[in-house]
Amino acid sequence: MTAAATPAPGTNPDGSPRVHYLNAAYGLKSWLLTRDHKRIALLYLVSVSVFFALGGLMAVLIRMELVTPAGDLFQPDIYNRLFTMHGVLMIFFFLIPGIPAVLGNFLIPLMIGAKDLAFPRINLLSWYLYSIGGAFTLWALLHGGVDTGWTFYTPLSTNYVTTSVITVGVGIFIAGFSSILTGLNFVVTIHRMRAPGLTWFRLPLFVWSHYATALIQILGTPVVAIAILLVAAERTLHVGVFDPKLGGDPVLFQHLFWFYSHPAVYIMILPSMGVVSELIATFARKPIFGYKFVAFASIGIAVLGFLVWGHHMFVAGQSIYAGVVFSVLSMLVAVPSAIKVFNWTATLYKGSISWDTPMLYALGFIGLFTIGGLTGVMLATLGIDAHVHDTYFIIAHFHYIMVGGAIMGYLGGLHFWWPKITGRLYPAFWSRLSALVIFIGFNVTFFPQFILGYLGMPRRYHSYPPEFQVLNVMSSAGATILGLGYLMPLVYFIWSMRYGPKAPANPWGATGLEWQTTSPPPVENFKTQPVVTAPPYTYPAPTPSPGVALGD
Amino acid sequence: MIPSSPLLPDQASDVARSVDHLMIYALSGLVFFSALIAILVLVFMVKYRRRSADQVGIDVYETNPKSHVLEIVWSVIPLTLLLILFGWGTKVFFDQNRPPADAMQYWVTGRQWMWKIQHPDGHREINELHVPVGRAVRLRMISEDVIHDFFVPAFRIHVDVLPSRYTTYWFKANRTGTFHLFCGQYCGTEHSRMVGHVVVMEPRAYEAWLAGEKTGPSAVASGEELFVAKSCNTCHRPDSSARAPILNGVFGTQASLNDGTKVLVNEDYIRESILNPAAKVVFGYQPIMPTFKGQVSEEELIQLVDYVKSLKAAPTTTAEAPQ
Repeated sequence: MTAAATPAPGTNPDGSPRVHYLNAAYGLKSWLLTRDHKRIALLYLVSVSVFFALGGLMAVLIRMELVTPAGDLFQPDIYNRLFTMHGVLMIFFFLIPGIPAVLGNFLIPLMIGAKDLAFPRINLLSWYLYSIGGAFTLWALLHGGVDTGWTFYTPLSTNYVTTSVITVGVGIFIAGFSSILTGLNFVVTIHRMRAPGLTWFRLPLFVWSHYATALIQILGTPVVAIAILLVAAERTLHVGVFDPKLGGDPVLFQHLFWFYSHPAVYIMILPSMGVVSELIATFARKPIFGYKFVAFASIGIAVLGFLVWGHHMFVAGQSIYAGVVFSVLSMLVAVPSAIKVFNWTATLYKGSISWDTPMLYALGFIGLFTIGGLTGVMLATLGIDAHVHDTYFIIAHFHYIMVGGAIMGYLGGLHFWWPKITGRLYPAFWSRLSALVIFIGFNVTFFPQFILGYLGMPRRYHSYPPEFQVLNVMSSAGATILGLGYLMPLVYFIWSMRYGPKAPANPWGATGLEWQTTSPPPVENFKTQPVVTAPPYTYPAPTPSPGVALGD
Repeated sequence: MIPSSPLLPDQASDVARSVDHLMIYALSGLVFFSALIAILVLVFMVKYRRRSADQVGIDVYETNPKSHVLEIVWSVIPLTLLLILFGWGTKVFFDQNRPPADAMQYWVTGRQWMWKIQHPDGHREINELHVPVGRAVRLRMISEDVIHDFFVPAFRIHVDVLPSRYTTYWFKANRTGTFHLFCGQYCGTEHSRMVGHVVVMEPRAYEAWLAGEKTGPSAVASGEELFVAKSCNTCHRPDSSARAPILNGVFGTQASLNDGTKVLVNEDYIRESILNPAAKVVFGYQPIMPTFKGQVSEEELIQLVDYVKSLKAAPTTTAEAPQ
């Protein structure tokens, strides 16, 4: 807790808390040295937003280049750096930390009735590691960036390019430790710090999915760290690991890389699924249909996710029988994902459904994730992947999962908990409109890419045959709409921080301990230790009772 | 001809047709399930919209004992459809990857940023591959630098081209035409310029085309010259097996190694034995052969491999080590 925290019970005349985590201390030092999980979450919110904006800017430039078939806007080397840096920034510095480090950090202690995460100092250290990793990457960007693709395939990355591979690698390596430490913090917190009465099967599904995510972060990240070290060793010391000219095996790198980077996809999507479970339950005002199925589906996805990396390598020269094994395992991952989608849909049945902004984002998530997931099934099919591998089909597929899925969930979550985080409301009309604009813009951008991919347009092409132009122009036009959609929340969120109406403790009538404390919460989260007596999502929600000072 | 349909790529082989059929099955599943979810969500959104501020939803899961049955049903049905897709996809994949025995063999060498192609008769071309229609064509491929990928959308198959060993691409074109050839694996600055065409011709037109082009010596003939030029023949002499194994007739056999294991003598093993002779020494021999790494190009390696393949066993000699 920050030093100046002396919570005097009491509220303003309008019902808002007089002292809360945002005004308990002032000054740059009170933020940069904070150990409050809520403030650290906001530090993350600012930094991931910066990286999202930078990555988005590069996406805009990429789409501008692809309006015409000829490579006439940028030199090929510049274009290659743009899509590489777009991937690196978006994946390692926005999507992977995104929901866990911002929403997870803020909410997990609140949801389980704890004062903070188990290791507040390590939590702050995670943010510093993330920032140092990000600084390395930005420094590399200013010095020309890197042009290997975010996948860093060898031997291209080890012995053929002259760009800042090692600097970016070091940045990702350091940021990886931030991810590991966050995961570790979550696991310990969820095991050890649950409120009295909060059994495992009373946990919100958001917590379950973050638990599954944390397992992947802890077990997967070290492998990509090793792969990066080996690339650096081959580049600088010419140790022959990957380059056949030095006696190495280039395909080995792909195994190491995808052993992390496939589960990493679940680091991006599982937290988003957790958010969506909360949103659907809240805005349908009933328990999630098949709570235990959904909870175990998260764990199932996390475990199976470690066994499917080879589906990125069906045509990479691995044995076709290895391909068969990875194909069937990949099919199995689709089952828990399908269970989740069906259970969310069934939750709506006989619900009391409101059309508030977070719900619109959640429904957008379901639609886009369904298409993303089913096209993923196509890619797991050997005969189809052999054709659409490394084409725009796969670009469209993973953007449906990562942008359509993960970012819709992230924005839905931000809209849902914004009143709790800031104590302010945002305009309902503009926020609903933003959900609609983003949904439309997204589909116009990425749907044509499925067709482009099946037609055979390879990814990472700076120039392309002219018959692909119409669909590319559609995609670029959609990107403009999508970009506008993303700007809207930026504007009204900033507006709401100063001018938005004060938010009550529980504006949505939601269950969950985070809604039982004030908006914004006090530094110590709860004035009295909450006790849990019922399963999650038991409606009607109890009325918040901001009470006396903390019991101990 | 370049594809004219805006939504479907050219279909130029039977395998391409079977990939399209597989895709239609998968796509119909996608359309069915997406539509089902979308319709249910929209209907529920309207039908069960909140009518008063304090209305709550009705939990049907705990009260209805059939809820678990429903969950089992919507796990098992998708699983069944997925396993059908898996089995079908695997069959198509085997068709895509297993060339028939009578295929004509071409060699492909990828490098930043061009494709070099050698025909069975020794004719060479760059970024263009002329083939006769109706004949199975097998490409043995290798890269001189980074990983590339041979991709012809009209044949619906990608295969990576590795710098470490040979990979195989095959197709049997069922119509004439000119089709895109792309590099499908990002390979550096001019990746998007590493493109070309596959020209499928009537067999007669192909013969005429070959005749009209200046044909160099065949790979085997070039390989034989190299075999002498690089002094391979001083040790690998057909009339002596004193210092090095006789190579006649070894291709396709199992060779016993000094460490007691066996290795199939294929193109990769011959290539490896030239570049890294000490790695797998045949039983009974000393690792005395010098490496030729850096002294022979990938194309020369292909010629040497083809030459060794062409050496037929003499009636009385074998590849086995002296006892």
